[in-house]
Amino acid sequence: MQRYSALSLLRGGLNGQKSWQRAWRDPAPKSHYDVIIIGGGGHGLATAYYLAKVHGIRNVAVLERSWIGGGNTGRNTTIVRSNYRQPALHNLFEFSLKLWEGMSDDLNYNVMFSQRGAMFLGHSDSDMIRLAERGDAMRAAGIDAEFLTMDQLRKKLPLLDLSDRARYPIVGALNQPRGGTARHDAVAWGYARAADALGVDVIQNCEVLGIDRVGGRVTGVQTTRGPIGADRVGICVAGNSGQVAAMADLRLPIESHLLQAFVSEPVKPMIDMVIMSQSIHAYVSQSDKGEIVMGGDPDLYPTYSQRGRPDRIEGVAGQCIALFPALSRLRMLRSWAGTTDMSFDGSPIIGATPVEGLYLNGGWCYGGFKATPASGWTYAHTLAKGEPHALNAPFSLNRFETGATIDETGAGPMPHHR
Amino acid sequence: MLLIACPNCGPRAQAEFTFERPLASIVTPTETLPDLIHKLFTRENPRGPSWELWRHTYGCAGWLKVHRDTHNHQISAVVRVDTETPS
Repeated sequence: MQRYSALSLLRGGLNGQKSWQRAWRDPAPKSHYDVIIIGGGGHGLATAYYLAKVHGIRNVAVLERSWIGGGNTGRNTTIVRSNYRQPALHNLFEFSLKLWEGMSDDLNYNVMFSQRGAMFLGHSDSDMIRLAERGDAMRAAGIDAEFLTMDQLRKKLPLLDLSDRARYPIVGALNQPRGGTARHDAVAWGYARAADALGVDVIQNCEVLGIDRVGGRVTGVQTTRGPIGADRVGICVAGNSGQVAAMADLRLPIESHLLQAFVSEPVKPMIDMVIMSQSIHAYVSQSDKGEIVMGGDPDLYPTYSQRGRPDRIEGVAGQCIALFPALSRLRMLRSWAGTTDMSFDGSPIIGATPVEGLYLNGGWCYGGFKATPASGWTYAHTLAKGEPHALNAPFSLNRFETGATIDETGAGPMPHHR
Repeated sequence: MLLIACPNCGPRAQAEFTFERPLASIVTPTETLPDLIHKLFTRENPRGPSWELWRHTYGCAGWLKVHRDTHNHQISAVVRVDTETPS
């Protein structure tokens, strides 16, 4: 692998940018791999990278039906945080946040991780009690969390409507200073390049059509580029987990919903943190290009269409303008939608399936991006050892039957009520 | 946004309606445990036509059965909830 450095940039500048090599190979599939990962999103590529790097398993293929990072990896709002209340969740996401902090160095690829702070706004006394409980749970686990008073908010975010007559009155906030954003495409490209350098085959335009089994054990996959054998197969296609698992006759505790996001035209820096409100569900940040990135509730009915309803955009834009009145002056640049795996307790699934040698990583609801490194790390462990890492053991597929669900919002089996 | 033809009110915008759940996931008091798990959690989650329970919340407030394609959003039938439909 050609390493990127200040010196290599200088060299490129002097020789007309002709010295760059391609970032990863374009290999034809081999007839057999130790491990096949279905899905070349951030999670799948991270899994392949940690399989090769941490566990020394390099005979690995990542099969992607279109181009890598073209699904939900490139459709999220790039927010990274670990401010969950339940231990199983904040342990996983905090492990993830620590990996984010060293990711650019580890991958030799700038993922533009920016720890600008991520805060939940409080709109009432009961909101503040809930946020205080959450903050206490985080600090007890060694995670950074700080309460912000109105005076502190006024200094940090002068454009936030903190007046008494605000549509959504604000009374305080819980901030996680180490939270922030990252460049989502760079995460996919960085993991692909680093995995490729360790011998992993990243195979694009290769759609999986079937999962081969002999006597209840997985033996490989059928693809648009022919059959490929494997000792172990990992599904990592959040958004379409149910469709791929159905190839092995599995039914998952997942319903496919749609989440939209949209950006304004780029402007000079005006919001330098990630602002979220759990009560109204909107979230706002500003990208490094200057666009205001906004998102909110999902579309609240099952769909695979990747086409959002316009009244949702109108509603979320209205919420964001109520929080930051200055946003009303901006024009919207574009909107998009992604299909999300809504699990029935709001938490992911990482672990074994009833088919021997077949594993599942999915059910990320709308919080998968921030988990990318930890998801890859724990999934690689699970695929390499045949048993879960301590961090993903609670996120088993069978927890819905046993009643050990991890329901952060306490909404029960209602994906569209989260 | 979907245009849903409410049998009571006529064609109305989706904004007036709320999705409840797939029709096959309605739980009855006499379910066996495996059936209950299937209905609550391991649902079919089809990518294609599906019978669903919707409500015209901000209209007549009536419960409706909707036959809808989850991929192309085509709606082929909307009937009142007491109408017999193929499961």
